[in-house]
Amino acid sequence: MSQVTLSIDGNKVSVPSNITVLEAATKLAIHIPTLCYLSDLSPEGSCRVCVVEIKGARSLVTACTYPVSEGLEVSTNTPAVLEARRTVVEMLLANHPQECPTCQRSQTCELQSLAHELGIRNVRFTGEKRKYQLDDSNPFIIRDNSKCVLCGRCVRVCKEVQVCNVLEWTERGFTSKVTPTFDSTMKDSSCVFCGTCVSACPVGALTEKSLFGVGKPDKKVKTTCPFCGVGCNFDLNVKNGKVIGVTSNLEGPVNGRLLCVKGRFGTDYVHSPERLTVPLIKKNGNFVESTWDEALDIIAKKFSTIKNTYGSDALAAVSSARCVNEDNYLMQKFMRAVIGTNNIDHCARTCHSPTVAGLATSFGSGAMTNSINEIPDCKVMFIIGANPSEAHPVIGAKMRQALRKGAKLIVADPRKTEMAQKADIWLRLKPGTDVMLINGLMHIIIRNEWSNQKFIANCTTGFDKVKAVVEKYPPDLVEKITGVPAEQLYKAAKLYATSERSSIFYTLGITEHTCGTDNVMSLANLTMLTGHIGKPSTGVNPLRGQNNVQGSCDMGALPNVYPGYQQVSQPESKKKFEKAWNTILSDKPGLTLPDMFDAANRGDLKAMYIMGEDPVLSDADAHHIRSGLLNLDFLVVQNLFLTETAKLADIILPASSFAEKDGTFTNTERRIQRVRQAIAPIGKSRPDWQIIADLATRMGYSMHYDHPCQIMDEIAKLTPAYTGVNYDRIDATGLQWPVPEAGHPGTPYLHSGGNFTCGLGYFMAVEYEPPAEVPDEEFPFLLTTGRILYHYNVSTHKYSKRLSEHAPEERMMLNPEDAIKLDIKENDLVRISSRRGSVTAKAWLTDAVAPGIVWMSFHFSATPTNEVTNGAYDKVTKTYEYKVCAVQVKKA
Amino acid sequence: MQHIRAHVLICAGTGCTASGAKRVEAALQEELAKKGLDKEIKIVETGCHGFCEAGPLVIVYPEGTFYVRVQEEDVPELVESHLYKGRIVERLLYKEPVTHESVPNYNDLSFYKKQQRMVLANCGHINPEVIGDYIASGGYEALAKALTGMSPTEVVAEVKKSGLRGRGGGGFPTGMKWGFTQNAVGDKKYVVCNADEGDPGAFMDRSVLEGDPHRVIEGMAICGYAIGADEGYLYVRAEYPLAIKRLRIAIDQAEEMGLLGENIFGSGFNFRLKIKEGAGAFVCGEETALLASIEGKRGMPRPRPPFPAISGLWGKPTNINNVETFANIPQIINKGSAWYASIGTEKSKGTKVFALTGRINHTGLAEVPMGISMREIIFDIGGGIIGGKKFKAVQIGGPSGGCLPEQLLDLPVDYDSLIQVGAMMGSGGLVVMDETTCMVDLAKFFLAFTQAESCGKCTPCREGTKRMLEILNRITEGNGKEGDIELLEEMSRNIKNTALCGLGQTAPNPVLSTLRYFRNEYEAHITEKRCPAGACSALTGYSITELCKGCGLCKKSCPVEAISGEIKGRHNINSEACIKCGACIAKCPFKAIIKG
Repeated sequence: MSQVTLSIDGNKVSVPSNITVLEAATKLAIHIPTLCYLSDLSPEGSCRVCVVEIKGARSLVTACTYPVSEGLEVSTNTPAVLEARRTVVEMLLANHPQECPTCQRSQTCELQSLAHELGIRNVRFTGEKRKYQLDDSNPFIIRDNSKCVLCGRCVRVCKEVQVCNVLEWTERGFTSKVTPTFDSTMKDSSCVFCGTCVSACPVGALTEKSLFGVGKPDKKVKTTCPFCGVGCNFDLNVKNGKVIGVTSNLEGPVNGRLLCVKGRFGTDYVHSPERLTVPLIKKNGNFVESTWDEALDIIAKKFSTIKNTYGSDALAAVSSARCVNEDNYLMQKFMRAVIGTNNIDHCARTCHSPTVAGLATSFGSGAMTNSINEIPDCKVMFIIGANPSEAHPVIGAKMRQALRKGAKLIVADPRKTEMAQKADIWLRLKPGTDVMLINGLMHIIIRNEWSNQKFIANCTTGFDKVKAVVEKYPPDLVEKITGVPAEQLYKAAKLYATSERSSIFYTLGITEHTCGTDNVMSLANLTMLTGHIGKPSTGVNPLRGQNNVQGSCDMGALPNVYPGYQQVSQPESKKKFEKAWNTILSDKPGLTLPDMFDAANRGDLKAMYIMGEDPVLSDADAHHIRSGLLNLDFLVVQNLFLTETAKLADIILPASSFAEKDGTFTNTERRIQRVRQAIAPIGKSRPDWQIIADLATRMGYSMHYDHPCQIMDEIAKLTPAYTGVNYDRIDATGLQWPVPEAGHPGTPYLHSGGNFTCGLGYFMAVEYEPPAEVPDEEFPFLLTTGRILYHYNVSTHKYSKRLSEHAPEERMMLNPEDAIKLDIKENDLVRISSRRGSVTAKAWLTDAVAPGIVWMSFHFSATPTNEVTNGAYDKVTKTYEYKVCAVQVKKA
Repeated sequence: MQHIRAHVLICAGTGCTASGAKRVEAALQEELAKKGLDKEIKIVETGCHGFCEAGPLVIVYPEGTFYVRVQEEDVPELVESHLYKGRIVERLLYKEPVTHESVPNYNDLSFYKKQQRMVLANCGHINPEVIGDYIASGGYEALAKALTGMSPTEVVAEVKKSGLRGRGGGGFPTGMKWGFTQNAVGDKKYVVCNADEGDPGAFMDRSVLEGDPHRVIEGMAICGYAIGADEGYLYVRAEYPLAIKRLRIAIDQAEEMGLLGENIFGSGFNFRLKIKEGAGAFVCGEETALLASIEGKRGMPRPRPPFPAISGLWGKPTNINNVETFANIPQIINKGSAWYASIGTEKSKGTKVFALTGRINHTGLAEVPMGISMREIIFDIGGGIIGGKKFKAVQIGGPSGGCLPEQLLDLPVDYDSLIQVGAMMGSGGLVVMDETTCMVDLAKFFLAFTQAESCGKCTPCREGTKRMLEILNRITEGNGKEGDIELLEEMSRNIKNTALCGLGQTAPNPVLSTLRYFRNEYEAHITEKRCPAGACSALTGYSITELCKGCGLCKKSCPVEAISGEIKGRHNINSEACIKCGACIAKCPFKAIIKG
């Protein structure tokens, strides 16, 4: 960018020619007051507070919009400028309720601060003031339009950052106001309560309901969100040792000011009265409070006895994608080094294990290839089996930002999700026919010579086999099986293959199938066929579902690998860890999650240690899970709450939440970020890592760490991708692995230039196989499951008051055509039954699902959907087929 | 071929249509048929003549007899007398307001004598729905000349040399504007015509669009060629349905004849036009708000730079001109810049169309050369003040402009001299006030307009104009305070200096110019609680003078029984009860009741 020289208040400065006077002044540390300006939004120049004088200009101009140019002479504090600013702010004050003492924004109010800065003593105007009714319609945001100063920041945030376009200017002149769509309340609008508008409001017009009536925070602690895998950063607001709410932290490397409703408003679970505060021991069928010493001694003794009696493999642990890396690392170390078994797994099994397996096979690295902030620069996005608007809301916003910049969108989904509605091409495939679809797309791409021959030749191997297989998937066959018209297949194939930057995004609609790993490898084939990988905004991107599911996999909370995906069956790896941990390790891969419950049901498994998970609710075929757990000799559950699984435990250990401990989460884009302690542990709860270390020590294996940073130092020594990671380096913005050496800046996108982690990329020929269970006469509907925006897996419905107030119960999606046939009306109670179980839920009539398909979430303990789902699993990774099972639906 | 011995031109502009032109036309058709004259006498619907005051207008050629206020019941006589017997119908002729003489011929009307109708040349004389009429009068020759004989740069140079300045209000040199867009880098460019004429009392653009739409289309096409645009938009306010209809017809006909579309005149130049209807917001006359509105967004202005010439419609270089500006282009290309520049003053070239309204005898449109005096416009063309009242001031430039008092009546009307005296050309609206107009009330009227039409985006316009209006309100209600004038001046200064767009920046002008020339009226309101013009009802008292003969008519007319008195005795008004409706003044045969 060319440079220009201008002078501001007599100071010369040389700046790039594409910046504004305000930005140039900042470089000279000259302060110009602003109100409607926010650096992450397009400048609007509406408040007129930042006016400055430009030599030769007819009137004053706004510094926030005026471009610099060569020789420009700017004055920022002439009498005319100061008088103008004062008058403008006085005008705003004249139409603002003088309620400062009771206003939630008092002291942080930007209007107040401007009035002070400009030395305004009194307001000379005594006319009409705007007065509107308070919008208190929802549990999250209070909207007080009487306090609005019409800076338009909320409108622009909603339009440019969250890209939901809910807030807009209405009416004109003095009666202008900002309102949600059609001047409705926020609750009745299409608002998704991300609250980004609240973060942008300079006054008390938009405020967090949670922060009303609790006083000013004593401190704000920057940390990483405990919900989905996006890894947003935010500030926990702390008052008198309690978390009172969440506010945006603009330094968040992934999200900036963006958050979703869960992150911003759902952390009230930390102080839920249902938190476990003391260890509990089951005595005569009832839980009795105990001390840590008593509980841990019993566990140490019991684990030792079982190990000695039945062997190490009679014990198994479930680690947790909700817990920090340090907890996960210690849990797998405990099982391997102290118990002596590789029987450790966690809920990645139920979601993205096919990703880890599939992408590792194809590329050598099982993770999202690109960065979240590369999304807005995509030219074509191909979303398959993912609903980012609800499951990864901030990624959804980044995708809408891309659409706003003109990106094209292909969505493959049986459901009419928000993204499907926004798609240029929506491929409404039948659930479970993904391989058919992808092979069909590859067939068309090869036939039309849209493939990238150079990339295939230079960077991959095995193409011929794939070519031979996809030859058998002509469009007419694909149309017949998937239900997607051939013409649409052709359009999608062309759009994806021929764009400059195409990225694939998927989640559990791809993995939670009996053919999950096949699905993933098919997508890998598609990217290699077109060479759409190894560049910014170009790749294949599994969006990881839980806050630390990437990290818990990286930490080796898996039965077949140590930290850093080093195989337990490989002698060198085993030797490396035996040396580091000073013990003898097992080289036999352990049990996967489904294997554990099978083994428990058979009686082969005697004890389990379950940390931070609730498999009774979250795993498929709950009946099978429950019977397995009941069949154990000894069950230890370590959790924040008395979950359905905890109810079956012999001993329950109260753990501390993310707000009460230090650690790290690794988000879906492989960014290792800090979790920071904001408050003391609730009750007698303890951070998981401390509990595990204490238990190990009681079992005779000394584990001592003063602080989790020491655990990270140990991780870095043993995990190649984490080598350059330590708490100092990741303090500000985290680091994206691989960080192969000290001082390495991290890796925003993988496989740069087609140099795959494993050398050449492997084409894996994959054939289509139908799902394990398809609808029949007895169970005529196909049930598919997923998340809703307002809840997070199986925890928030019960423990976040605000979220459950807004979304209190399960609502099963049913196509209106089916509803007529079944005589079911909106909100009727219906019974959904499969071969395995039966639940009830209210009906939600919507064409989001096609006739013959019903959809449910799995968030609500009153409607435990997984009583119904199928325990069949992926042949490679044993990931349950949550996405397809056959059910019958009847009016309850 | 049938010989046509007479043409009857019926004005079908909005004004005459509203006063019954369509009914007159139907009656005429019927009557001519009845008399068997329909083969030899042709009826032609035309656009506006500008003399809307006297509509419906009917002109009979070849004589050029000018009939005014013709109603359908006049038709049989008109046909029988004029068209059959050749005798002019005296009673339907226009009578000069001063001399009371009937004027039979169009060209002899004082209203037209001092006009120089160039932009309006065809208006009222051709059928705007027939492209052949336009072509027959020399239409599209300029486009042909530009496309086949001139380079785009030559066209821009010619417009620059002509000295044409934007007729929408700003007066920016048109050629220079074209040059900016011509030089701007872009794979796509647009021409936009601003036909969102919104100033109260201004209707010259409507008349041009209704009366001679092809002239604007031709001007836009020449502009497109000059700047390298292949697409144009006409942004027409939805309140102009007739203009929109005629433009649609005109665009269709031009496309059909290859004068719009692909490869015009075989030159390789392509140009297409679209119409975008406005949605009733005055602010959409501001160019950036107009562009936002075309893009389907809320019509709100954005700060410039970047100017539309660099980043306009959908971010592409865009040249925006007003209707009258485009309508000037064909003649400049046809007759040359030197000819055009010979008309007008040193810095303001050509003619300007003014819309005359208010307390003036000849309400209508007048096209005059730049530099003519305001006195000539108001008294010679406009026929002076209604009812022989005294001229007080004229508001020029609509709500963004200012007023000129009597002592400035001889000022030559051009862009720069008007700015000097605190007014502006604006779009050319002239609102004439007589002695009964209160100037504080006038300022209040215009400020109330801009206040209501503010888009609400920027603080000074949204909040500041409201506060100024509140101050003016209290002054006219007798609650003005010491310091109010100074506060108004301070606010005006800051609003002008800080508002985002032209609407806000010029909103205080009516206040500033009335303060400049009629400050004493403000002071009388504030300190003496008196309205010198007797217009502000809160400050006006009614009284009955010794001229009263005691007829009792006033007493009967009073709706609130505030008047008492015996027959043949002098009556009295109870000022407490009086609601100042003015009914008594209207009834009094002896002019015995006064206010003040």
